[in-house]
Amino acid sequence: MLKIRNLESGYGKIKAIKHVSMHVETGEIVTIIGANGAGKTTLLATIAGLVKATSGEILFGGENLCALSAERIPFLGCVMVPEGRQVFATMSVEENLILGAHVLHKEGKQVVEGLLERQYTLFPVLRERKGQLAGTLSGGEQQMLAMGRALMSRPRMVMMDEPSTGLAPLIVKEIFQIIVRLRDEGNTVLLVEQNAKAALAIADRGYVLETGKVIVQGPAADLLGNQDVQRAYLGREKID
Amino acid sequence: MKRFIVLLPLLAVVVLVQLLSTWTGTQFYLTQMTMAAYYSLLIIGLCVLMGYAGQISLGHAGFFAIGGYLSAALTTHNLVAFKGVAVVRLLEGCALLQAGKDLYGGELLVVTPWAAAILAVLVAAAVAVVIGIPVLKLKGHYLAMATLGFGIIIYRLALASAWLGEADGISGVPPFVLLPGLVVRGDSAGRVQNYYIAWGVLLVGLFLLLNLIGSRVGRALRSIHGSEEAADAMGVNCARFKLQTFVLSAVFAAIAGVLLTHFNGGIGPSEAGVMKSVRYVAIVAVGGMAHLWGALIMGVLLNFLSLRGVFGTYDDAVFGFILIVIMLFAPNGILSLLASRKKRKANPQKIAANQER
Repeated sequence: MLKIRNLESGYGKIKAIKHVSMHVETGEIVTIIGANGAGKTTLLATIAGLVKATSGEILFGGENLCALSAERIPFLGCVMVPEGRQVFATMSVEENLILGAHVLHKEGKQVVEGLLERQYTLFPVLRERKGQLAGTLSGGEQQMLAMGRALMSRPRMVMMDEPSTGLAPLIVKEIFQIIVRLRDEGNTVLLVEQNAKAALAIADRGYVLETGKVIVQGPAADLLGNQDVQRAYLGREKID
Repeated sequence: MKRFIVLLPLLAVVVLVQLLSTWTGTQFYLTQMTMAAYYSLLIIGLCVLMGYAGQISLGHAGFFAIGGYLSAALTTHNLVAFKGVAVVRLLEGCALLQAGKDLYGGELLVVTPWAAAILAVLVAAAVAVVIGIPVLKLKGHYLAMATLGFGIIIYRLALASAWLGEADGISGVPPFVLLPGLVVRGDSAGRVQNYYIAWGVLLVGLFLLLNLIGSRVGRALRSIHGSEEAADAMGVNCARFKLQTFVLSAVFAAIAGVLLTHFNGGIGPSEAGVMKSVRYVAIVAVGGMAHLWGALIMGVLLNFLSLRGVFGTYDDAVFGFILIVIMLFAPNGILSLLASRKKRKANPQKIAANQER
């Protein structure tokens, strides 16, 4: 589904991503973990077209995303749940969701209503609060809204940037369960997380980023057991 | 249909005002109501740009002036001397020119008001595109400064150009025959008719904008206002929507300029002045930014009072004062004060603060 080859990108002279190659297959959860400043968010932002790649290519279903501007990319079925949720605070919950279907404007009202119903089934709390302004929701509810909004575009792949940021542990657990459920329903998820343990626990495969480079990759279970990863990101150092 | 019904009470008020003024023998009020309606046309267009798309413009008097000045210049400059020129003959052949007599009985050949109006609005739209593409990349203060600069340029051009009458402006603008029997002009015989023309145009404009903000485009605009990055991530083409809204509001301003100029029979450089732009922004703020009805009501009310001379020579000072008071005590507009008394409505600023937490 997604193939990244030799990608380089960054801000001005600073290269935040150096020669990254990775791939995501249909129907799997792939997670990108790494410390603060490792380039995780930049990598996602580059895929989403918000940051321009300086070299390399990003192939999504055969199309090179590097050549497209940010707002074209959701039309291909690659949509992002941005960091810090970024729901539209002064719009109602339902308006936020309908805006998520912005790319489906040729499909007609019924399709949008069907999708709306699906999100309300997936996130019952959003149905309860559909008339409320999105800015008045709790952090967890906003995260659910941001996810629902992204799913409204009927994406082929959802990218999530730090969905656990600023949420209570119990809510994080709930959000991650929903991500698993999305995968089980056939969705493809690219998940960026600082909470490496939680991310690896639900992911199929993972990539570990350090200062813009992929240093380790493999099945999530292997990474969980990898001593280097444990020492660096899981805060578990074995002293023998 | 539903959106049409919400306009009915307003239509009733418009008719009521006319009837009351006729019965009480105070029809002269209709003149200021007509002018206020044209200014309000500009203001509701600016309201969509500022309140919904979140883009400030301190240059809208410039677009108003482009509309007004171009139609005034084209419909007053005598082309008799150029009768032999091929272009003029071609225009005449296309029925774009009309003949007449000037004050001293001399022969007069000018562009017809319809042709002038269409050209003026097209030019305003084209200028909005040319200015908008680079300027709308800016945000906040920088956008305000850039649009302010545009407004100043238009003002100085009007003041410096002999073709536009320099400090005197242009007078003797002929009546604008919209349809046979429907004429935009300022004499007292046409008072009632012009009142209805102005309010008819304003109602149509309001109807269009209400439809726009209730549609997919309106949602997209509000998302841009919320966060351009997040809107981008949803597939909203921010640059295009911002430009379209900018051009739309410029067209509203230009139409208002054209019609008011024909109604007044002239236009002067003060219409292009920076204080006018500031006034329009102030009125949109008083109305509650993202509130078309608020902008409309305040646009009509404040312009009416100003045109009646209630603020006297302190006119501009009053608008500056209003802007300060509104920003301090009712940043969501006058109407929000009434609304919050009825029910504690969520305050967008508090929401924004919540979100950052």
